[in-house]
Amino acid sequence: MRKVLLGAGGIVLLVVVWELYKALGPATGVMIGDLTVLPRTTDLAMPHVWDMVARLFEEGGTGRNRAPIWLLVGQAAVFTLGVAAVGWVVGVVVGLALAVLMQRFRTAESAVLPWIILSQTVPLIAIAPLVRRWGSQIELGDFTWENWMSVAVIASYLAFFPVSIGALRGLNSPDAIHVELFRSYGVGWWRTLFTLRFPASVPYLLPALRLAAANAVIGTVVAEVSIGLRGGIGRMIIEFAQQASGDPARTWAPIFGAIAVGLVAAGFIALLGVLLRRYRRGEVPA
Amino acid sequence: MKHSTRLITGVGALAVTALALAGCSSGGSGDTTSTDSADSGELTPVTLQLQWYAQAQFAGYYAAIDQGFYEDEGLDVTILEGAADIVPIDVLTGGDADFAISWVPKVLGSIEQGAAVTDIAQIFERSGTTQVSFKDQNITTAADLAGKTVGSWGYGNEWELFAGMNKAGVTLDDISLVQQAFDMTGLLSGDIQAAQAMTYNEYAQVLETVNPATGELYTEDELNVIDWNDEGTAMLQDAIWADSDRLADDADYADTAVKFIKASIKGWAYARDNPEEAATIVTDAGSQLGESHQLWMTNEVNKLIWPSTSGVGTINQDQWDQTVEIAMDTPNETGATVITEEPPASAFTNEYVEKALAELEEEGVDVKGADFAPITVELKEGGV
Repeated sequence: MRKVLLGAGGIVLLVVVWELYKALGPATGVMIGDLTVLPRTTDLAMPHVWDMVARLFEEGGTGRNRAPIWLLVGQAAVFTLGVAAVGWVVGVVVGLALAVLMQRFRTAESAVLPWIILSQTVPLIAIAPLVRRWGSQIELGDFTWENWMSVAVIASYLAFFPVSIGALRGLNSPDAIHVELFRSYGVGWWRTLFTLRFPASVPYLLPALRLAAANAVIGTVVAEVSIGLRGGIGRMIIEFAQQASGDPARTWAPIFGAIAVGLVAAGFIALLGVLLRRYRRGEVPA
Repeated sequence: MKHSTRLITGVGALAVTALALAGCSSGGSGDTTSTDSADSGELTPVTLQLQWYAQAQFAGYYAAIDQGFYEDEGLDVTILEGAADIVPIDVLTGGDADFAISWVPKVLGSIEQGAAVTDIAQIFERSGTTQVSFKDQNITTAADLAGKTVGSWGYGNEWELFAGMNKAGVTLDDISLVQQAFDMTGLLSGDIQAAQAMTYNEYAQVLETVNPATGELYTEDELNVIDWNDEGTAMLQDAIWADSDRLADDADYADTAVKFIKASIKGWAYARDNPEEAATIVTDAGSQLGESHQLWMTNEVNKLIWPSTSGVGTINQDQWDQTVEIAMDTPNETGATVITEEPPASAFTNEYVEKALAELEEEGVDVKGADFAPITVELKEGGV
C-alpha cells in the first residue's frame, strides 16, 4: 500500500514539476551560452499535461478505424507487448542455452563470450533491415515469415545478452563446497545443473530477466520504427510525430502507451520473482 | 545421456536453421520473384517497394490496385511500405521487390556503387521540395538565404537546396545549416528561418497549425516559398525503378514492366480525375494521415505530375541531365558530391514507358492531362 502511494506520489510530483516549470520557466528556455539546457515552455515544446490526457479521449485514426485514441494506443500497446514477449522468450531461451554451454565447456566460454559482447555493439538500425530481408526469403511449406517475426528476432537480439551474462555468473555461483559435495556423491553434471546450479542462479537471473524485458520492449519499439511494422507503438509514435507541429499534445499519447508496455513487462518480472521467492536467498534487492 | 542427445539435436537444429538462412539469403533474386511461373490466365505476382508508409504520395499505385487496373493487366500487385531504415533500391536489388519507388538523386549514388537498376518511368515530373519561411524574413529566392538559419533533413534531401544556393552564389559558409526534424516545429519555434518542406506534406503541416498570435491557422499569405522548380535546380523525384539485369535477360519481366507502368499511370490518371476518392483509397489502405491532409497531399502530388509535358512517366532528357549535372557538381558540407562520374546508359530508359503510353493512348486514356486543374483543399487544424 505504501509503495503504491509512493509510486502515485512520484507521478504527481512529475506532473507538478512539469506544470510549474511550464508556468514559471522562461518561454525561450534556459540557455547557457548558445546551449539550451532546459526546454522552452511554449505549448509547442511542452504541452499541458491535461491536454495530453484529454487527447487520449478524443477520436483518432482514419477511415474505417476511427476510435478514441486511448483505445488505438491500447491496441497498439497490446500488439507491441505481444511481439516483445515473443522476443523476450526467444532471448531468454537463447541466453540460457548459451550460459549453460559456457558453464559446461570452458573453451566455449572463451570462444563465445567475446562474440556475445561484440554482438551488442552492432547498431540496431544496421541489423533491422537485414533481418527483415533474410526473413522474407524464408519459406518452409506453409510457413511464411512475417514482418512481426523480424521485429521479435531483433527484440530477442537485445534481450539474450543480459540473460547469458547473468545466468553464466549465476550458474558459476554455487560454493565450491556444494559442488564438491555433489561430486563426491557421484551426481552427474545435468542433475547438478538442475538441482544446484539453476536454483543458485536465481538471484543473478532475476535482474538479468528484468533487463532483458526492458531491452525486448525497447528493441521492439525501435525495430518497429526501423522496418515500419504496422500495428505497434513504434510506428504510431512516428505517425503521430509527423503531425507534431499541428497538435503537439497528441504526440504524447503513443509515448504513454510505450510507458504502459514497459510497466506491464516490469510487473510480469516482479510476478516471476514472487513465484521464485524461495530461491532468492542472498539477493540484493534491485 | 538422453539429455545430451537432446542438446546435440538442438544445436544441430540451430545450425541447420542458420545454414538455411544463409542459403536463402545468398540465393539472390531468382526464387521469390520469378514471374515466369504464372501461366496465362493466372495473375503474375508483382511486388512494389515504396519509400515510406502508405500516403497519397503513392496514391496512383493504391488507386490502381483498388480500381483493378493491375488486375486488368494480369498483375497481382503487393505494395510494401517503406520505413526509416529501408532503402527501396536495396530491397529491389536484393530481389525482394520487382519494382521500387525512389528519388533519382538518391538512386544515382547507389548506381555508382554498383546497383544495377533502371529508371523505367519518371512519374513525378516536378520537384516537391521547397524552402519555406515566414514573410517577415524576406526570403524569396536562394540568394536571400545568406546569413540565415537554414534547415535541411539531409540524407539526400539537401541537394536541390545546395545547388540553388550554389547558383545564387551563396556558399555553405554564408548560412548556418541546421539538421531539421521531419516536422515543422523548428520553423514554428523560430529555430529555423527557412525550413525544408515538401509541398505535399510539411508545408501543409504549417498551414494546419494555429498561429498563437492570431488564434487562427497560419495562412499561405504569411509564408514565403522558394520553389526549386522556379530556381532551376529541381531534381527528379518519385520514379519507378526496375532491376536492369532482369530487364535485359528476362523477357517476361520486361513485359511485366510495361504492364505495371501502364496500370500505374492509369491509377495516377484516376487520382487526377478523382482526388477525393483517391485520398479515401489511400486512407483505407491504412494511412494514418488526417482527412484534409491526405486530400491536400493528393492534390499537391497531382500538381507534380500533371500536366505532363511528354506523357506521364517519360523521362525528359533535359530534366535528367539537370539532375545528373547537379548530382555531379554540387558539393555538400563535407565536400562530397552524389556521384563523381556520369551514370551508365542503363540508368534510365523510355523504352517501356513509351510502349505503355502507346497502349494507353489507344485506349483513350489522357496521359498528358493538358487541361488539368488542381482542386482547392481547405486544411483543418492538425490535418484531420
